[in-house]
Amino acid sequence: MSVDARLRVERPGFALDLDLHIEAGQVVALLGPNGAGKTTTLRTLAGLNALSSGRIAIDDAVVEDSSTGRRIPTERRGIGLLFQDYLLFPHLSALDNVAFGLRCQGRSKAEARTAAAAWLERVGLSEHAAARPAALSGGQAQRVALARALAPSPRLLLLDEPLAALDAHTRLDIRTRLRHHLADFTGATLLVTHDPLDAMILADRLIVIEHGQLVQAGTPGEIARHPRTEYIARLVGLNLYRGTATDHRVRLTQGADITTVDSHQGPVFVAFRPTAVALYRTRPDGTPRNQWPVTVAGIERRGDHVRIDLTGPLPIAADITPAALAELDLAPGTEVWATVKATETSTYPA
Amino acid sequence: MPGRTPSLRPRTGRAEGPRRGPSPTATRRVPLALLLPALLGVVFLTLPLIGLLVRTPWSDLTAQLRGTQVLQALRLSLITASLATALSLVLGVPLAWLLARARFPGRRLLRALITVPLVLPPVVGGVALLLALGRRGILGQYLDSWFGITLPFTTAGVVLAEAFVAMPFLVLSVEGALRAADPRFEDAAATLGASGWTTFRRVTLPLIAPGVAAGAVLAWARALGEFGATITFAGNFPGTTQTMPLAVYLALQDDPQAAIVLSLILLAVSITVLAALRERWMTTA
Repeated sequence: MSVDARLRVERPGFALDLDLHIEAGQVVALLGPNGAGKTTTLRTLAGLNALSSGRIAIDDAVVEDSSTGRRIPTERRGIGLLFQDYLLFPHLSALDNVAFGLRCQGRSKAEARTAAAAWLERVGLSEHAAARPAALSGGQAQRVALARALAPSPRLLLLDEPLAALDAHTRLDIRTRLRHHLADFTGATLLVTHDPLDAMILADRLIVIEHGQLVQAGTPGEIARHPRTEYIARLVGLNLYRGTATDHRVRLTQGADITTVDSHQGPVFVAFRPTAVALYRTRPDGTPRNQWPVTVAGIERRGDHVRIDLTGPLPIAADITPAALAELDLAPGTEVWATVKATETSTYPA
Repeated sequence: MPGRTPSLRPRTGRAEGPRRGPSPTATRRVPLALLLPALLGVVFLTLPLIGLLVRTPWSDLTAQLRGTQVLQALRLSLITASLATALSLVLGVPLAWLLARARFPGRRLLRALITVPLVLPPVVGGVALLLALGRRGILGQYLDSWFGITLPFTTAGVVLAEAFVAMPFLVLSVEGALRAADPRFEDAAATLGASGWTTFRRVTLPLIAPGVAAGAVLAWARALGEFGATITFAGNFPGTTQTMPLAVYLALQDDPQAAIVLSLILLAVSITVLAALRERWMTTA
């Protein structure tokens, strides 16, 4: 039960061009900024949007092929789709919502309800079987929607921002439950999200798209260690630059030079964590380190640390403690020196 | 647009929270130039109804009601209006769906065409029906020669005339409800394996039920009061085509008391419909 797709969708001002392969039992997360084409990808696989060109095969069965004009409608693709806002049918009880897909497969009412009740039990909502969607909390509605999508045993499960509508506390609980259910699911799963944490926890493999194009694919670990675009670097919390390496020196595209611990030749990425950046009011003396005069552009409190956005020879994000912030007496416009040890940098071929 | 989901309006109105207190404008003096015509308007609209109530022969009301002519007309009106509503539902709901959901060239033109009976003088509608379905009509001649079916001047003709006038009300009401309903519920149904027909039956129709009900009540009320198209296309035969409005008109010539009683009944039915609609709008909120 695998999915193989070559998706080309063209609309005025937007083009999606993506090759996708998902093995049975595998969870692939599709990450990308708003407008990157994540939802379009999902809706196209589901058959809710048409392909401009390309081909979609689910389980070796071609469900859409622009070259032959073949196009199997959504209801016969054997997919399950969990919508971001769930779209539970408001006039049906939780039980009948879950039974809906089973009824569509031609099962009797009693049979469908028995199976639906078992699904509600699996998601821990047996006592809410008779409840209308309006009476359910956000987390409960999400679990009913997941049960509804999984009940007809789809070959491909599509999840559209499954946790986005939940509050922080519920999100944690539902993410754990979702991970559990995805582990049991034997079909292929495509998870669309803009939250890197969700993607890393739930997915076996990440696909990052920007402007309708694939920019990076790999395991969560690979992508977190070696981001290839600024968007991904920001997602995983890294400063990322492109440049040309000559041994331990890298001339960055911004014009500044940086000394690295790894030795490379040619085009490379250089990355370092915001926590690796040290800030000084005056130029620090001593060993020749990477140091640049920069200007504070923004200050943002983030949990137990403070994120400082710096501009200058190169844009840098620095994380410092509130105590350091007070000591340095930083405000937007303040000029400071930023330093990074060569041992804190990570360099890899571009 | 007339009849655009009346059922949804109170729903949003109610969600606005507690009623506001008297607004500043309520205490401001009303200009006489507005007040006088407004009061005159109230009198103009209510005086005839009061007149009807005042002149009703309450003492022998029951005797009048028992007159076969009255009961016959009432029965015929209720039956034909209900059949016309049923016909409007069977044809009008799919038509509304087509207008709201399908994409095809000439859709706007089609909607305009469907709205024509709404503004057409009903007598003209009756003439048009005669030309189409009369014994020499473009379709009627074949109905007559092939199947021996004649529609004009029959009870079936009454139903057709009423449906012709009433159906646009239903179509517009249902189309409005469809446009207000989130089409992504239909997407969700499709991802669960529901065919187009199943989706319509099990998802779309329940979602727009209040709009369909409101449209049906409007259509029924319109059919019940239908006069012009009916008398032109179906004539005025007691027992088969003489509906209440026709009976009122006829009775006015030779038995004004009966006309008043008949009118009173129609008024009562109208108010009941209004109350029913109000009830529905309030309870579905």
